Amino acid sequence: MSKISIKIDGISIDIEEGQTILEAAKLAGIKIPSLCYHEDLRVAGNCRVCLVELKGARNLVASCAMPANDGMEVSTNTHRVREARKHVIELLLSEHNADCTKCYKNGKCELQNLASEYIVGEHMFLDLVPDKHYSIDRYNPAIVKDDSRCIRCQRCVRTCEQLQSVSALGVAYKGAAMKVSTFYENELFEVVCTNCGQCVNRCPTGALVEKTYIDEVWDALYDPNKHVVVQTAPAVRVALGEELGFGPGQRVTGKMVTALKRIGFDSILDTDFTADLTIMEEGTELLRRLKRAIVDKDPNVSLPMFTSCSPGWIKFIEHTFPEYLDNLSTCKSPQQMFGALVKTYYAQKRNIDPANIVSVSIMPCTAKKFEADRPEMRSSGYKDVDYVLTTRELATMIKQTGIDFLTLADSSYDSIMGKSTGAAVIFGATGGVMEAALRTAYEIVTGREVPFDALNITPVRGIEGMREASIKIENTLPAWGFLEGVELKTAVAHGLANAKLLMENIHAGAKSYHFVEIMACPGGCLGGGGQPIPTNADIRKKRAEAIYDEDMNMPLRKSHENPEISIIYEEFLGEPLGTKSHELLHTHYKERLRY
Amino acid sequence: MDEVKALVNGLANKHGRTRESLLPILQGVVDKMRYLSSEAMTEVARELDLSAAQVFGTATFYSFLDTQPRGKYVIRICKTISCDMHGKRDVLQTIEEILKIRIGETTSNRKFTLLETNCLGWCHKAPAMLINDEPYTELNADKVRDIINEYIRK
Amino acid sequence: MNEKTLKRVDIIFTPEKNYNEVLERTFRRPNSDILNDILDSGLRGRGGAGFPTGMKWKYTADQESENKYVICNADEGEPGTFKDRQILTQVPYKVFSGMAICAKIVGAKEGYIYLRGEYKYLQAEIEEELNIFHQTLDKLKFHFRIYLRMGSGAYICGEESALFESMEGKRGEPRNKPPYPTVSGFRGQPTVINNVETLVYAMMICDMGPEQFKELGSKDSRGSKVFSVSGDTPIAGIYELELGMHLENFVEDFGDGDTKAVQVGGASGFCVPRKKFSDTIIGFEGVPTGGSMKLFNSSRSMYHVLQNYLEFFEEESCGQCTPCRVGCQQLLKGIEAVKKGKKNSAYLDRLIRLATTMKYASKCGLGQSVGNSFVSIVTNFREEMIY
Repeated sequence: MSKISIKIDGISIDIEEGQTILEAAKLAGIKIPSLCYHEDLRVAGNCRVCLVELKGARNLVASCAMPANDGMEVSTNTHRVREARKHVIELLLSEHNADCTKCYKNGKCELQNLASEYIVGEHMFLDLVPDKHYSIDRYNPAIVKDDSRCIRCQRCVRTCEQLQSVSALGVAYKGAAMKVSTFYENELFEVVCTNCGQCVNRCPTGALVEKTYIDEVWDALYDPNKHVVVQTAPAVRVALGEELGFGPGQRVTGKMVTALKRIGFDSILDTDFTADLTIMEEGTELLRRLKRAIVDKDPNVSLPMFTSCSPGWIKFIEHTFPEYLDNLSTCKSPQQMFGALVKTYYAQKRNIDPANIVSVSIMPCTAKKFEADRPEMRSSGYKDVDYVLTTRELATMIKQTGIDFLTLADSSYDSIMGKSTGAAVIFGATGGVMEAALRTAYEIVTGREVPFDALNITPVRGIEGMREASIKIENTLPAWGFLEGVELKTAVAHGLANAKLLMENIHAGAKSYHFVEIMACPGGCLGGGGQPIPTNADIRKKRAEAIYDEDMNMPLRKSHENPEISIIYEEFLGEPLGTKSHELLHTHYKERLRY
Repeated sequence: MDEVKALVNGLANKHGRTRESLLPILQGVVDKMRYLSSEAMTEVARELDLSAAQVFGTATFYSFLDTQPRGKYVIRICKTISCDMHGKRDVLQTIEEILKIRIGETTSNRKFTLLETNCLGWCHKAPAMLINDEPYTELNADKVRDIINEYIRK
Repeated sequence: MNEKTLKRVDIIFTPEKNYNEVLERTFRRPNSDILNDILDSGLRGRGGAGFPTGMKWKYTADQESENKYVICNADEGEPGTFKDRQILTQVPYKVFSGMAICAKIVGAKEGYIYLRGEYKYLQAEIEEELNIFHQTLDKLKFHFRIYLRMGSGAYICGEESALFESMEGKRGEPRNKPPYPTVSGFRGQPTVINNVETLVYAMMICDMGPEQFKELGSKDSRGSKVFSVSGDTPIAGIYELELGMHLENFVEDFGDGDTKAVQVGGASGFCVPRKKFSDTIIGFEGVPTGGSMKLFNSSRSMYHVLQNYLEFFEEESCGQCTPCRVGCQQLLKGIEAVKKGKKNSAYLDRLIRLATTMKYASKCGLGQSVGNSFVSIVTNFREEMIY
């Protein structure tokens, strides 16, 4: 890459060739406002907020879409720029239901921020909203789509297409009628939407938001007859701080537990516990499938086996690759295992009527809201997980409680179902489930730890969309002799666009694996749709580092070493894949419409 | 295979199954069915490995790729300036009286749909209209009555 | 500047059944000679924007690529323009010949004609003519094929990058520029995209030489141009006229004696009021046009004209960029509010500022040119907007 030099507002700056004016300005410390631009997405150049003056150009140019050339002279603050910017903001507002105090994104809206920065008071133009007949889709348990708040920046459409290869959202019609729409303007629950919430995470306004259950949770907390249990997912603890005054990559596990106690939950437990349990069940399932394939030569055994923790991925495979549903591990996600156990095992041990337990989970995810609503998820005899809150919703509850999060002391999770290992916490990063499974499965088979420095299976870590790793199994314990010399082939994909490519490779026979981990969201759960906004490559990297730090700092780092796991098998479940496990921890999914 | 499936399959065989084939295929469906039903768009998505929302989004961009049911004869009256200046209103009124439908509507026998459209490129012979692909120009009330009556007899 | 009176010309529509002879002659010449002739002729695009045709061809020729394309833009959608339809009906082989010559110069093996859906009735005829033309090319041993693609009712697809998107099976949404078509056009490859009429002139320049062409027109606007004349005129129709004429002379020939304004260049062009007829030159140095000349007599309400244009733009904007999508709605609703007395007349000035922003800030030529008709009509006929 060669260097070029450009001048922005009189400041000379050397940049890499190929960078845009917007990127160059950022390096020069000059903030150019933008709306449709997002680091994760291809440039659209359609909102026109980032316009700048380019010497020699007749018109203003969109700095996000204009590659910088050597010697360019750019002004970001001319009269023309200011007038155009203000007009653009005014125009967006005239089409926008600017009833800000009633909006879920009030105070967190990029359009609102710009309106405030540019002091848009009395509206300059006519209010177009009354003629628009906007509709709101609230019929989905995870995501609310409110067209009256949409500014048509198409971040959501690009997310759904470029990151997820789903394209449940598209742009429809043209001119004044142009809108972001599903197929045939159907409700979200009727179409191929996976509820991953990546669009929600990228929506600059309140047009796409999670369906919130904060009030329902408060009601439960204040109900004296209810015992309210909360579980927190691995990725929440490395991101929650971003909403509450910490920079990206700060681990706030102990503070989060204290805050949850202060909010008033009766028991603060950890999804990491069932992540460890998932490893026991899923690891055993993998070994059984391998035995059936290698020893029994059973032609009906489905390999590769796919992980099943990510509900966005589950809905994606139901729609897109239903012929591979048998390849999914039958394990429920850790959230749902937890829910099923809270209203059975936990209720028994604590001697509480499960009818009076309200089970809440804090997830980095919007798809988990949909998952908790699935008919398959009632094996306790009740709705296993009553309410799912995102990381963002928890932050809101903490703020509502008046807690000064920054100075909060640490606390530990309650027991039972509060103990976990480092293997569980890495579930939050892409490759983490694979790594955790290998740590346990390898040891079960060989009696030795995985042959990686400090148990860190680095080949499955990283940010590449698709990664492969293989481990040669040698010197097995006698019971596992059939695996002697087997090269265990694994693959990892994150982001559904990568998942789709991987599936197509497998389908075409170009690749064959034993075990495949897929996470719907870029970066895995740490980049989930329910995580703090913004989420981008840099922030995902910092959250991932925090997750691996958390793992390194745990006294136990292999799921099978979790003492509460031994106890639950002893006291309740019997053995992995036993009858009780089947009843509570496993499920099957069914085909959905492809289009 | 039902009719729509067969039609879309045939069009995909003819035009190919890349994204570039999308418009020709949608145009082919509209030629035959006069509009794009939900089923037709789903079939196109399947043949071309696109999402249904992408097919819908592309179709709704183009005025002639209707996604609402249309009659056998779609009448599109030009509403742009020259036609508007030269008696488009009379022509429209005449058609509305004969067919007893308004703009946007379809006759109950599904034979005619009446729509407005933007400039047809016949400004020097305004007012103009299309019936399906056929242009009719220099219209007036009498002339359009004869034309419509002829279609009614078809 | 020497004053030009109206001069009717006959270049475009003269039948030239011997086009294969022109091709044969041209194909034998070195590319650089042909290109120099096109450059020398001063030919500028006849679709409205007026980019020098020779430069466009040269930039594309300079690109290294196995796959280059020549595209004929026959998405004639500008209200008041209907000449391309006539050209394709009367002398299609001249259009094809222009494309073939361009293909030779830039090194393209495929050409496309993008024909607007409103002209679908021409499809079969053009395809038949293409078959005959391909046989001619085969005889001349020139490997080039032209394919016909149909639009489906979207004005914006006349914008070149929107047209590529449409040909690629997508919504016709204009792209960011750069890159320009000569570098990355159809399928991301170097592409020449020319208006129907431009291609015919290019062919005719090869036939008659640049000198004869250059003799016509003015310094900035060489040659002649096909005009689509409509509105309040007793002789509406298609006329080839020398460029650089004075609007006054035009109105003398075409007006009905009561002309109060001429809209030059369609809905996206400029409205010239009677008092400015005498000092308005039709050409790139004055008021440019893609060919549309619409006359209005004193019985017409210019408010009504503008409202009609804005309704058109509000529907035909692709809708992706804010200034154009929302700006068109605001301009339309704005003049309606002033007319109804819901906004005072000063609001018109606010709208003129908005229209000016749209010109600077919109992503493509559509949004950038809405302000042309808006500002010129509101400024010149302000009274009509209010009362």
